[in-house]
Amino acid sequence: MTKQLPRLALIVAAAAVLFPFLALFSAALQPQSTLSPGLSWPSDPQWGNFATAWTTAGFGSLLKSSAVIALGVVPIALVLATLAGYGLATMRLKAKGPLFALLMLGLALPYEAIVIPLYYDLDSVGLLNTYWAVILPLVGLFMPFGVFWMRTHFESLPKELMEAAAVDGANSWRTLTRVLLPTAVPALTTLGLLYFMWAWNQFLLALVLIQDPAMRTAPSGLGKFVQQYGKNIPLLSAGTLIVIAPIVLIYLFFQRHFIKGILQGAVK
Amino acid sequence: MADTLVRTERSVAGTRRGAAAPRRRGRFVPLLYVAPALVFYGLFVIAPWLHSFWISFWNWNGIGAATWAGLSNYTAVFEEPALRAALTHAFGFIVFYTVVPVILGLILAALTSAVPWRAMPVIRTIIFLPQILPLVAVGVVWKWIYGEDGPLNQVLRAIGLGSLARAWLGDFTYAFPAVGLIGTWVSTGLCFLLLLSGIGKIEPSLYEAARLDGCGRLREFWHITVPGLRKEIGVACNVTVISALAGFDVVYVMTGGGPGYSTMVPGVQVYQLVFTAGRVGTACALATVLSLITCAAMYGLNRLSRER
Repeated sequence: MTKQLPRLALIVAAAAVLFPFLALFSAALQPQSTLSPGLSWPSDPQWGNFATAWTTAGFGSLLKSSAVIALGVVPIALVLATLAGYGLATMRLKAKGPLFALLMLGLALPYEAIVIPLYYDLDSVGLLNTYWAVILPLVGLFMPFGVFWMRTHFESLPKELMEAAAVDGANSWRTLTRVLLPTAVPALTTLGLLYFMWAWNQFLLALVLIQDPAMRTAPSGLGKFVQQYGKNIPLLSAGTLIVIAPIVLIYLFFQRHFIKGILQGAVK
Repeated sequence: MADTLVRTERSVAGTRRGAAAPRRRGRFVPLLYVAPALVFYGLFVIAPWLHSFWISFWNWNGIGAATWAGLSNYTAVFEEPALRAALTHAFGFIVFYTVVPVILGLILAALTSAVPWRAMPVIRTIIFLPQILPLVAVGVVWKWIYGEDGPLNQVLRAIGLGSLARAWLGDFTYAFPAVGLIGTWVSTGLCFLLLLSGIGKIEPSLYEAARLDGCGRLREFWHITVPGLRKEIGVACNVTVISALAGFDVVYVMTGGGPGYSTMVPGVQVYQLVFTAGRVGTACALATVLSLITCAAMYGLNRLSRER
C-alpha cells in the first residue's frame, strides 16, 4: 500500500501529460474527411496526412527557418555568455553590483515589453523581415541567463587551476581558452541545448518581427496554419506533430541535460 | 589622467589591495570580456524597453505623427474594461500556473520521495515533457481537446454526462478556467521535479527525530518537508509567476482573448492594440505596467524565499 499509492500517483501524472499527444497522434491518422475524430485508433491509418501537411503548409521551409534562427543564436550567445561569465567570475570590476542588477532585470522583463519598439527600431535600420530581426534580440534576451549560468560554472572551479595558470605566465585569454574552457564543456552543452530550444520554440518575436510566413519559426508557422486549416483536424494534428517532433527528439536524446539545466537554471 | 595615476599608486601602496592590483592596462580587461554581452543586452533589450517607456507617453498609430499624451495611456490601462481585464486575468492565471502546480507538485514530491522506483527516470522524462514543447503546439492540442466535438466532450457524453458538454472555449464562464488549466498542465511537472530535488537535500536526521517524537506522516510533511522546501517553493513560484504574467502563445492560438475579452491577457492585448487598433502608445503603457508588475513580483518572491 505504501508503495502502490505513490507509484499510482506518478503514473496518473505521466498519463495526464501523455494523453493529449496520444489522442493527437490518433487524430492525425484519421481520414481528412473526419470532422470530429474519435479517441479510437483509426481502422485505416492515413500516414499520407503527414506528407500533405508537410507540403500544403510548407513545413519544410518553416523547419529550415527555425533551424537557421536557432543555429544563428546559439553560437553567438554561447560565446558572449562565456566571455562575460568568465570576466565576472574571475576578475575585479568596480561596477559588478549595478551590472548584476541590470542583468537580473532582464530575467523578469516580459518579451511583450520590448517587441513593439523592436518592430519600429529594426524597421528603421532595415532589419525587419530578416532572420537577424529575431536572432539579434534573442541573443540579447538570452544574455542574463547565460551570463549567470557561465559565471556559476567558472566560480565553481578550484582556485588552484587559475593560480597555476598565472604562475605559468598565462594571460587571462590563454587561461580561459587553454585551461578553463575544457572544463566548461558540460556547462556549455546544457546552455547550448536550452538556447537552441528557446530559439526554436520562439513565437512572439518571430510573429511580429518577420512578416513573411515562410521565414518564421516553426511554431509561428503553426499559428498561421491553425487559422487556415483549423477545421481540418487530421491535417492540423499532423502539422502539430511535425512541428514538435524535432524538439522532442532532441529532448529524448539529451533529456538529462535539459532537465538538469532547467531545474538548476531556475534555482540560480 | 593624473588622477588615475595617483589612484594606481595608492592601490599598489595599500598592502591589502596591492597584491591583486592589476597594471593600468589590466583594469580594462574585465570590461573587454563583459562588454560584448552588455552591448547586445543593451541594444536589444534595455534600449527597446526604454523606447517603449518613451512611446507610452504619446498618442501614436505607428505611422503618422505622434502627439503628446501625458499619462492618458496609463489611465486607459486602468480604466478601459478590456485593458483592465487583461491585467486582472494575468493575476488570475497565477492560481492556475503557480498555486495549483506548486500544491500538486508538493503532494506528489512528498508522496514519492521515500519510494525509490526503477521506472522513475522514464516517468521523470515524461512529466517534464511540457516544459520543452512550443506553447503554440500545446495551445493547438488543447484547443482541439476543448472543441465542441473534441475528446473532452466525447468522454463526457460516453460516461453519461453529456449535459455538461459544451464549446468550452466559446463559453464566457468556462473559457478562462479552461485556458488557465493548460498552465497547470505545463507547470506541474517542473514544480514536482524542483521540489523532489529539494526534498533530497533535507537532513534525514530531521525526519528520524520527528519519527522518534511520534510524528505522523502528515505532521512530518507540515513541519519538516514544507519549511525545508522554502527556497525551492520560492523558486517554483518565481518561474511560474513570470510565465503566468507574460503568457502570450497559448491564448493567442486558442481564443485570441475571447469570447469578448474573457480570456484576454496583457501579451495578446499589446499585440492587438498595435496591429489591430493602431494604438501603439497605449500598448506600450500596458507593456510598461506589465513589466513593472513582473519585476515587483519577482523581487517580492526573492525576498520572501531568502529570509530565514
